[in-house]
Formats: sequence, structure tokens, C-alpha cells
Amino acid sequence: MAAKATPLRDIHRALGARMVDFAGWELPLHYGSQVSEHHAARAAAGVFDVSHLALTEVSGRGARPYLRRLLANGIDRLGERAGGLYSCLLDESGGVIDDLIAYRLDDHRYRVVSNAATAEPVRSQMRKVARAFPVRLEPDQERVALAVQGPQAMELGAAACRAAAGPRYAAALSALKPFNAMEEEGILAARTGYTGEDGFEIYLDAATGRVFWQALMDAGATPCGLGARDTLRLEAGLCLYGQDMDATVTPLHCGLRWTVAMDPPQRNFVGRRALEALWESPDLPSFKGLVLKGRGVLRAGQKVLTPAGEGVVTSGGYSPTMSASIGLARVPSGSYAQSEVEIRGAGVPCAVVKPPFVRRGQVLVDVEQTKE
Amino acid sequence: MSNRRKNEEKTVSEIPTELKFTSEHEWVRMEDEGTLAVGLTDYAQGQLGDLVFVETPEVGASFAAGDVCAVVESVKAASDVYAPVGGEVSAVNENLADSPELISEDPYGSGWLFRITPEDPSEWEGLLDSEQYGELLES
Repeated sequence: MAAKATPLRDIHRALGARMVDFAGWELPLHYGSQVSEHHAARAAAGVFDVSHLALTEVSGRGARPYLRRLLANGIDRLGERAGGLYSCLLDESGGVIDDLIAYRLDDHRYRVVSNAATAEPVRSQMRKVARAFPVRLEPDQERVALAVQGPQAMELGAAACRAAAGPRYAAALSALKPFNAMEEEGILAARTGYTGEDGFEIYLDAATGRVFWQALMDAGATPCGLGARDTLRLEAGLCLYGQDMDATVTPLHCGLRWTVAMDPPQRNFVGRRALEALWESPDLPSFKGLVLKGRGVLRAGQKVLTPAGEGVVTSGGYSPTMSASIGLARVPSGSYAQSEVEIRGAGVPCAVVKPPFVRRGQVLVDVEQTKE
Repeated sequence: MSNRRKNEEKTVSEIPTELKFTSEHEWVRMEDEGTLAVGLTDYAQGQLGDLVFVETPEVGASFAAGDVCAVVESVKAASDVYAPVGGEVSAVNENLADSPELISEDPYGSGWLFRITPEDPSEWEGLLDSEQYGELLES
């Protein structure tokens, strides 16, 4: 099966991107140097084509009760504002089908953005739960989705908006508060992201999306590929579905307890009973950050040897901001600050820290503690 | 190199003609004193992406042709480097410990990995020449 193309594929190719297959989509891995793109997003503004993400429109008078039942996080946490809520989508046993963002526009209109690789199981679960509610689900049209991230993202984004969507939209985007969302003139935007930097994500029709991309380039934003997206989210301590979590674990196994709303107790969301049984369990693992102190690179699947027992690296790689190898790991709970990771048969020391590693351009972990 | 892929951009015109090559995308240079310098080809480094860590062999270690003797790690993945011929490692590029990016910047020069003293000097003859390596990239 041929990989699906985003409406920007020819633009990426013309920029010299190395294209790769990602969850059935042909997407840029990098445009020359993944590390330079990473630094651009931390220091200025990077733009990512995330058109592979699955967008589902949820509408109707049952929309809010439906999302109360569907999502582990509480849609009512958004109150009456237009904003984005990060949540896991669970099965009855508490396993994570996907992580997603639900955007509330008003009480009858929501947008759900989920991962490309899980499009089928998400669609199936959303439909199954929808049978009990007066709600309409409409899948994706062909859209351009862009993530614009970095300390200059809002400024460059507003400039690009003036060119692509007019001054009124640009002004509204500039006024958008963190985690808030808006949809005007058919363009959904939210001040959210996956990098630990300021910025926004925006969903446009294909033609407007191409104009917007070009306007961002003209304003000086750096095109960034999937490679930088991964190292940025790793530094920000954000989970990647399929790596840090999947249907074999619950949100309590991957540092996402804070995204599960157990109040009010009468809200019977899918997976609630399974999570209640686990909630106070002393056997739950911890989800920690690792900074490698010896030589090598942390990679998913490596064994972690802690004073409390064995764990596993779920995501690992190189942090361009820290010039060190970092990782996320599922490890036995305990109050230790050091462990070893098995790399090619040898135990290499690493510091155990609380993620995130980097946020808003600043290294947050104690670098001294992580030195050899 | 273990994770080679085909049908990527060609760098045939830039393959140095004085070098020999392996099908695992290593280059080998005959040095004056009869040792062989080994590195990764430009094609190989391009496939790997930004390099962040290199584990070179110990000086004095012996390998048979095809043994894993070094590891290079990029932002993407770890890749094994194989000994192109059998022999004893006589030198390693110490600069790579702090500057693995030398491999990307100057793959045929300051990005060399190690030198090996071949046990059987005739193994050199069995390596690919630049034309054969170019054909391999095009296949």
C-alpha cells in the first residue's frame, strides 16, 4: 500500500527533506539536520507538518455527556471556555487505546485529535461508545495540520496569519491563552503543543494550509521533521503512544495519573472500574526520567537495574539541549536517585530524575547530580 | 553498517577513487606503513542522520573480517560497524569521543574510525573498488 501524502508533501520534497513512512504516512524525518531543527524550536520557532494526526468532529447535544463517558480525563475541567484537554482513551480494562487532545468549541461542538497509528482502534471505540448518545462523529477531511513551536512561535504565527487568514484571525490567535482554542473561518487553532515550548497547533483546509506554511517560511520559521519532534517531546517528558504506553498498560503505569479525573465519583468513564482497583496499589511502577552518566545512548527496551528491582527504558535518545543521553523509564517505585542501564551487556550508571528535562528552553533537571 | 537502505539519494560522483569499500558502507584506506584506516562512507553517514555517540574498539584488540568492532549511534538508532578485514587495531580516532559529528562533516578525513593492521594483507584485494561500490549504491 502506498504511503498517504499530506497536502504539503511536494513542499517538503522541494526543501530536500528525507521522507520516511510513519504510520502509513510519508512525512519528513528531517530537512538536513535533526539537531539544528531541534535547537531552532527551542531558540526561535519551528514548524511541523502534523497533517497525519486524525481529527474527528464531535457534535450534537449529547457531545459533552458522550465525552464524559469516553475520556479518562474530565471534559468538564474545561468549564465553559474553548480549550484543549489532554486525555487517554481507555478500554474497559484500563488499557490505553490512545492519548489525544479534545478541543471544546462550545457545548455542542468538540474536535478530537488522536494519533495516526491508532486511527482504526480509536474510530472503533469512539463509534462504539457513541451508540448510547445523541452525538454525530465526522472524520477528517483532507486537512493541513501544523504545529508551530518555540519562543517566537506566537509572533511568527500571527505574522503568517495576517497573510493567510486575515488580520482579524491574526489578532485572535495572538490573544489566545495557553491551552485555549478557537475556531473561526473554518480554521481551528489552539495554544498547545508537544515540545515543552510556547506555540500553537492549527488545522486548515489544504489550500489555506499551503499558503500558511509559505507565510511561516517567509516570516522565518524553521521547518522541522519527525526526528526533532521526537527529541523535543522526550526532553519535555511527554509520552509517545506505542512507545511509552499502549493497550497493555494503564495511565497509572506511564506517569499519566494526573490526566485521570476520578472526581466526581459518579462519572462512569470507560476503564474507571479497572483504574479504581489499581489506584492505591503499592505495586504500581514509577515512571521516571533517566540521564545517562556513562558512555552510550539510552534506547527503548534497555533494561534498567535499580536498587528496588528491574525496569525498562520506554523512550530513549539524545538530548541536544543537554548534550546528554536521556530517557523515560518504567521502574519499580522507590526513593533512589541512581540506577544502571544495561547497554550492550554492560551496566552504565544513570541519574533517576523527575521529568520534564527541559521546558521553555531551560534545563530543569539538576545537571550536577547527573554528572559522573 | 547494519541498517543500510537502498533507493536513497546517490553520491556516486563523490566516491573517492583511491579508497576500497565494503558492502556495509565502510571505506578502507591503505596507509603508508601498511595499516588500513577505516571509516563510514558519506552515504552511510547520510543515512544515519546526526551522529551523537561512537564506541571505538580498544587498541590492540583483534578481529576477524566481519566481526562487530565499533558502534555508531545517531539521533535515530545504533548501528554496528564491522571489521573490513581481519587484524589488530593499531589506532583509534580519539576525537570522536567528544566530536562524533566529525563523521558527518568529514567522513573520508577527520571522521575516520580506527586503523587496523591486517593479518592477511591480500584481504585488501577482496574489497570493493569505488566503481563497484558505486554500483552497489545504484542497485
